[in-house]
Amino acid sequence: MFNFVQGHKKIERNVTLLAALALVTVAIGGIVEIAPLFWIQSTVEKVDGVRPYTPLELAGRNIYIREGCYGCHSQMIRPFRDETERYGHYSLAAESMYDHPFQWGSERTGPDLARVGNRYSDEWHVQHLKDPRAVVPESIMPPYAFLAERALKAEDMAAHLKALRAEGVPYTADDIAKAVQDVRTQGYGDGDTADLARRYPGAQSRDFDGNRDRLTEMDAVVAYLQSLGTQVDFAKAAAREKAE
Amino acid sequence: MEDDILLRSGGWFLIAVVAIFAAAAAADTAFAIHMGIAAAAAILTAFVSLRGISLLQTRSAVARAQERYDDEVIRWGVIATVFWGVVGFLVGIVIAAQLSFPLLNLPTEYTTFGRLRPLHTSAVIFAFGGNALIATSFYVVQRTCRARLALPGLARFVFWGYQLFIVLAATGYILGVTEGREYAEPEWYVDLWLTIVWVAYLAVFAGTILKRSEPHIYVANWFYLGFILTVAMLHIVNNLSLPVSWVGSKSYSLFSGVQDALTQWWYGHNAVGFFLTAGFLGMMYYFVPKQAERPIYSYRLSILHFWSLIFLYIWAGPHHLHYTALPDWAQTLGMVFSVMLWMPSWGGMINGLMTLNGAWDKVRTDPIIRLMVFALAFYGMSTFEGPMMSVKSVNSLSHYTNWTIGHVHSGALGWNGMITFAAIYYMTPRLWGRTRLYSLRMVNWHFWCATLGIVLYASSMWVAGITQGLMWREYGDDGYLVYSFAEVVQAMHPYYVIRVGGGLLYFIGALFMVWNVWMTIAGKLREEVPMTGTPFDPARDHPLPARAPAAE
Repeated sequence: MFNFVQGHKKIERNVTLLAALALVTVAIGGIVEIAPLFWIQSTVEKVDGVRPYTPLELAGRNIYIREGCYGCHSQMIRPFRDETERYGHYSLAAESMYDHPFQWGSERTGPDLARVGNRYSDEWHVQHLKDPRAVVPESIMPPYAFLAERALKAEDMAAHLKALRAEGVPYTADDIAKAVQDVRTQGYGDGDTADLARRYPGAQSRDFDGNRDRLTEMDAVVAYLQSLGTQVDFAKAAAREKAE
Repeated sequence: MEDDILLRSGGWFLIAVVAIFAAAAAADTAFAIHMGIAAAAAILTAFVSLRGISLLQTRSAVARAQERYDDEVIRWGVIATVFWGVVGFLVGIVIAAQLSFPLLNLPTEYTTFGRLRPLHTSAVIFAFGGNALIATSFYVVQRTCRARLALPGLARFVFWGYQLFIVLAATGYILGVTEGREYAEPEWYVDLWLTIVWVAYLAVFAGTILKRSEPHIYVANWFYLGFILTVAMLHIVNNLSLPVSWVGSKSYSLFSGVQDALTQWWYGHNAVGFFLTAGFLGMMYYFVPKQAERPIYSYRLSILHFWSLIFLYIWAGPHHLHYTALPDWAQTLGMVFSVMLWMPSWGGMINGLMTLNGAWDKVRTDPIIRLMVFALAFYGMSTFEGPMMSVKSVNSLSHYTNWTIGHVHSGALGWNGMITFAAIYYMTPRLWGRTRLYSLRMVNWHFWCATLGIVLYASSMWVAGITQGLMWREYGDDGYLVYSFAEVVQAMHPYYVIRVGGGLLYFIGALFMVWNVWMTIAGKLREEVPMTGTPFDPARDHPLPARAPAAE
């Protein structure tokens, strides 16, 4: 047997060698597992309907992240019968391709939210966020009434879109120029909503928080929640699968 | 020397000025507050280094210079470890109570579970665990290399810089500053600061090894070195992000979706593998043989399990993403390597436990050894549980449930907590020049409180997790799901309450430690009956069986 103890004596007398070998050893796994995800095409298959977030949804998503919602809510439905019946079609990789960062989560202290969009009314969401136990007595979710009190800070949304475009999210120059205006258009439901819907297909424009006078953080969060999982039309795909 | 000091404090002052400008130009309040904290810290450092001129001549400085080893920064580290430990455990109890009684979220944004949860995880992992790692690594590397710390000024910078990182991260969570990925929540500028501190840490540690007077580098230092290097790699790659504004707190992760998920769990799992395992194994490899007064069981095993552990751990990340949109091949690789990881993990446990060969009686008589043995036992148990949970079919049940929480805490409370407590009890009297701890019996109290706490915590979460997983997938005879999500939440209530009890016991144990360490530092000795109360009595050893009275 090769006397690895004798061989190892060289390594353990030389800190540079020890450090270099250790670094090589720990680098391999990550390189083999992570790097291919960036160039294997099938990792994220293109799916019709997936689009970047509107500025209002993005602002809502940032509040979702700020409040640490991911600590209790997943956004990743696994392909099991009970999960697809409870939450909807299992999640596709493409559905989070513009998520910087991803919010798949690791716990379901609360239910999965990957397809919560359009499941409940805006009023339900507002009530539930303000006082969760008013609508779900068993809930242990914290109350988020302050969201409805606070004006949405969105004057820098163009900078947010620019940063994301630099990372590869396909926002157009037009999207960036109209970012602040888009927030108002979508959150009040007036103005050129047709233009917004053309650039962000399927975007819902209306007053989300029941307070027509101003845009609050509640507007943004509800707009985000109502958009979750609604981009891909699975009904259409089902028809095609049948036809084939 | 004086020029040096002037230059240094001038530099800190300059940093303070930059921070003040950044605070004034800040795009958001949180960033302004953080730059304010940074400026205050820099000004304080500038003044302290100015005072260094007069301190150079003081007697205590002379005494410090004459110490065999440079232990000042380690003494601070011990105090910081105990302090952050208590803070982290307390926040843990608070958020556990919030899950039991949601009213405790209080109607303010700063006290919701969502914001306090990263405060708890970061406080225990990075503040408690991190300080323990820095302090013990400096302690161990000097003694096993028979060399004083290289770059003593930089070592102090590492300590205080790391505390600043903790304060910035913690205040950030309360203010809602987060990157939104578990255990990597601090924002871009806090990440940059940590990178600087970490490189300085590497320089001090590797520098001390370089100036060693022992020909060989002791095994504990391999683990510490592996931990420092790997954490640097993970931290830098996983935190690549683009700030929205150079004077604002918000940034967007460079990666998205699938790629972001795998990078994050490559990081996240190896925060466990290297921060909480390799680093703590370094601790184990020094303190267990010292306390047991026995050599390490097997040198060969330590070589074998060091290299296989660091090689295999890195691959295990994808087991956090089973059945998600991550490609199957990556999931399977993650599972296979996680199962293989079981062996090197147990290699470490065996090497630690077998070191007690010939000294097993100490488990009975020495509560510090008892802490260590218990830590190793829990290390072995959770490194069996981990591979088991990473098998896809098991994971389909356990994922998203409280079982994961139970698993994490059996490792964190059992392994990391207990081995750290043991190291603190070992170092404290030696660092402050006391003959012994204030009280060994209080160590015993600590041990039993913590043990009972872990038992309550882990068992309640195991039951909760499996219950949760089974209820979610329960189908009735009618072919419909039986339970609504809210019913499952309701079913968790008793377990959540039991968990609070377990956490409280663990916390009470830690309070015994605070008192014990405090009194030891104060130079007090508690008068108590010694722990070794089992004298050998040959007369009672294997006595002859009493002859039965003869029948009449």
